[in-house]
Amino acid sequence: MAERASTVRVHDFGEVDLGLSPDEARTEADRCLQCKKPACISGCPVGVDIPAFVLAIAEGRFEDARTSILEANLLPAICGRVCPQETQCEGACILAGKERAINIGALERFAADVGVEGEAPVACAPSTGRRVAVVGSGPAGLTAAAELARRGHAVTLYESLHEPGGVLLYGIPEFRLPKVVVREEIDRVLALGVELRTNMLVGQSLSVEELLAYDAVFVATGAGLPSFMDIPGEEVNGVYSANEFLTRVNLMHADRFPGTGTPVKRGSRVVVTGGGNVAMDAARVARRLGARVSLVYRRREDDLPARREEVRHAREEGVEFVTCAAPVRILGEPCVTGVECVQMEMCALDESGRPAPRELEGSSFVIDADTVIQAIGTSPNPLLIRLLPGAETGRKGNLVVDECGRTTIPRVYAGGDIATGAATVILAMGAGKRAAAAIDSDLRNGTPAGNVE
Amino acid sequence: MYSVVKAGQLADRVHELVVEAPHVARHAKAGQFLIVRVDADGERIPLTISRAEGDLVRVIFMTIGATTYRLAELRPGDTILDVAGPLGRPSEVPRNATCVVVGGGVGIASCPIIARTLREAGNRVIGIVGARNADLMILEDEMRQSCDELHVTTDDGSLGRHGYAADVLKEVIEAEPVDHVWVIGPAIMMKVTSAVTRPKGIRTWVSLNPIMVDGTGMCGSCRVVVNGETRFACVDGPEFDAHQVDFDRLMQRQRIYLEEERDALERHHASRCGCETGVRHG
Repeated sequence: MAERASTVRVHDFGEVDLGLSPDEARTEADRCLQCKKPACISGCPVGVDIPAFVLAIAEGRFEDARTSILEANLLPAICGRVCPQETQCEGACILAGKERAINIGALERFAADVGVEGEAPVACAPSTGRRVAVVGSGPAGLTAAAELARRGHAVTLYESLHEPGGVLLYGIPEFRLPKVVVREEIDRVLALGVELRTNMLVGQSLSVEELLAYDAVFVATGAGLPSFMDIPGEEVNGVYSANEFLTRVNLMHADRFPGTGTPVKRGSRVVVTGGGNVAMDAARVARRLGARVSLVYRRREDDLPARREEVRHAREEGVEFVTCAAPVRILGEPCVTGVECVQMEMCALDESGRPAPRELEGSSFVIDADTVIQAIGTSPNPLLIRLLPGAETGRKGNLVVDECGRTTIPRVYAGGDIATGAATVILAMGAGKRAAAAIDSDLRNGTPAGNVE
Repeated sequence: MYSVVKAGQLADRVHELVVEAPHVARHAKAGQFLIVRVDADGERIPLTISRAEGDLVRVIFMTIGATTYRLAELRPGDTILDVAGPLGRPSEVPRNATCVVVGGGVGIASCPIIARTLREAGNRVIGIVGARNADLMILEDEMRQSCDELHVTTDDGSLGRHGYAADVLKEVIEAEPVDHVWVIGPAIMMKVTSAVTRPKGIRTWVSLNPIMVDGTGMCGSCRVVVNGETRFACVDGPEFDAHQVDFDRLMQRQRIYLEEERDALERHHASRCGCETGVRHG
C-alpha cells in the first residue's frame, strides 16, 4: 500500500497510508488461494468471511465485497486501518509461511472505502420490543449496539463525551484513522435506529436504577485512568499522560489552538515513555507538533508491543528510540527540564515470554526534555463500576465476565477494555459481538446462550 | 444543545447562567460539578453546580479566560452545545453535627447548595462568606436563608466585618464545638483558611479546581497530590481532606497554560472589537 513520504506527512495530520487503487486491490485479491478450510476467518475476532469478500474484490464486485464484510462487521473502514492483522487474519493466512500473507487489512479498507457514499442501509430484524442500554460508544459499545439493533432490539447508546467513538476519536490520531471515516461508520450504526445520547455519564447523569430498568445493559466504558510510573517529579508542569496529550489533540484539536479553545504544550524536546501503540501515537503526534522526540522503552526494540508498522512509521518520521532504558526521575521544578534514565540489561524470560529487564548499576543518564508523555497503560474506568451493586471486579479493577460477557449481575454484560484491561479495537469489537449474541439469546430464551464461537 | 433560560451579572466579572439540562439537574447533588463546551471549537471547562431545580442548573463563574468571557456573553434563548454531568463525588453529608461552610469570592457559588443539604440532614450550619470588597460579594441573601447563622466579611471592611474569612472561622471554632468544615474559594484562600482548623483536627473539606479536559476519569489532567499520593479530582474528588492537600502543587499546575490562555483571551477580545486577529502573540 502506498504511503505518503515521511518528510511530507510529519508536517500535517493527513492519513499516512493511501490505500489501494482498484487495480492494486484486484491484483492482491487474486493471490488468495480460496482455501477450503480458511484459517484467516478463525484469526478474525469478529469472524469476517474473508475469502468471500476477497473473491468479490478479485472479480471486481466491490459493492458485494463490502456487503459481505458488513454481515459480520459494521466498522470495516476502521478495522482495515487499525487492526493488528499480522497477528490475526494475516498471521493465520496459509501464504504467510510461504511467500507473503494476503494483505487482508488493505483489502478490507479498500472494500470499505470504495463507493461508500451510495451504500444501502443495513437491514434490521422486526422489533422485539426489548430495550437495551449500551454504555460507552467506543469499539465494543458500537459493535454491540449494531448487533443488537440488527436483531430487532431498541438500543440506547450512552456516551459521556460530546461525540461518540471513544478511543477511536480521542485516542487514535487522525493520520492513522481519519475522523471522517469514524463518523461515517458510526452513522452506519446509528442508521440502524440506535438512539445516541451524548454528555451522559451513566451512574451520574443516569442513575444505576434507571440503567437497570432496561431489559439488558452492556457496559463498555473502556480504559480509564492513566497509569503513572510512580517516579519522582511526575507532578511537575509538562508531564502528560498519553491519554491527556492525545485527547487534547485528537478530540479537542489543540493542534489548531488558538483557533480552537484547548491548548497543548507542543514542546521542543519530548520524551515518550512506553512501547505500545499508544506510545507510538503520542510520539508521532508530538513530531507533528514540531518537537524532537525520544521514545524510552525498557526492553529491546524487538520486544516493543506496538504493531511493526507503527514502529516503522515512527522511525521514518524521526522518532528516536532509546531502548533498554527506564526513566527513574523527572527533573525540573516547576517545569520539566529532563528525564533521568538508567540502562537496563535483559535477563531470563518472564511470564510474558519477554526478557525481564534489570537495572544496570551506575548507568544513569539524562535526556533533556521540556515535555514528558507517559504511555505506560491505563486502568479500567472506575466511575460506573463502583456504583454497580454486586459487580465482581478483578485484580486491576476490571469487571469480571464469562466468555459471553456476562457479569455477576443479572442482565448486565460487559466487554472491551473495561473487562479485559487495555487491548485492541478488534478484540473489543469481538467482545461486543459475543455479548450482543448472548444478550439476544438470553432475552429471547431467558436461558444462557453459550459461547457463540 | 442546552438552552440558557437566565443570564445575569452578580458582581464585577462574576456572572450566573441558568441552563436547561435535565440529565444534570435531576441528578445533581451538593459538591458536584458539570462540564460545558460552548461551541464546536470550544474547550471543555468544569464549573461547580451552584443550584439544581427541576430541569434547570445554575452555574456561577468569574470571567478569566476566553471561554468564561464567551459564557458571559450568553443571553436567555442562547444555547450551549454541550453540558455533561453531574460529575465528581457528592459532598459527604454528616447528620446532626455542627458544620461551618466558608465561601471565598466566586467560590461562594458552591456554598448554598452544600449548606441546604447539610441543614436538611439535621446539621446546624454556620456560614461564612468573604470577598475582597462589597461589590464582589455574591449570594449573601441566599446563604443567609440556607444557614442557621451567617458571617459576612470583606478584606477592606466595605461590607460586614473587616478582615478575612479565616479570621472569622478561627473565632467560630473557638466559640463552639465544630465537627465539619467546608472551605471553597481560590486555591490560596482554601490553603490559608483550612489551615485554621488543623490544630483542632476538625474534618475540613476543600473543593479543588485543577485543569480538566474530559472530567470523566480518562485523561489524568486533573491529578492532585493528596496525602502524598496522586489522586484525580474528577473521579476521586472534587472535595478532599484539606489538611492532606498539596495546595502549592495545585496552584502550580493551575498555571500551566497561563501564556496560552492569555493568547486565547486576546484573540477573543480582538474578535469582539472587530480588530484583525489570527496573529499569535508570544
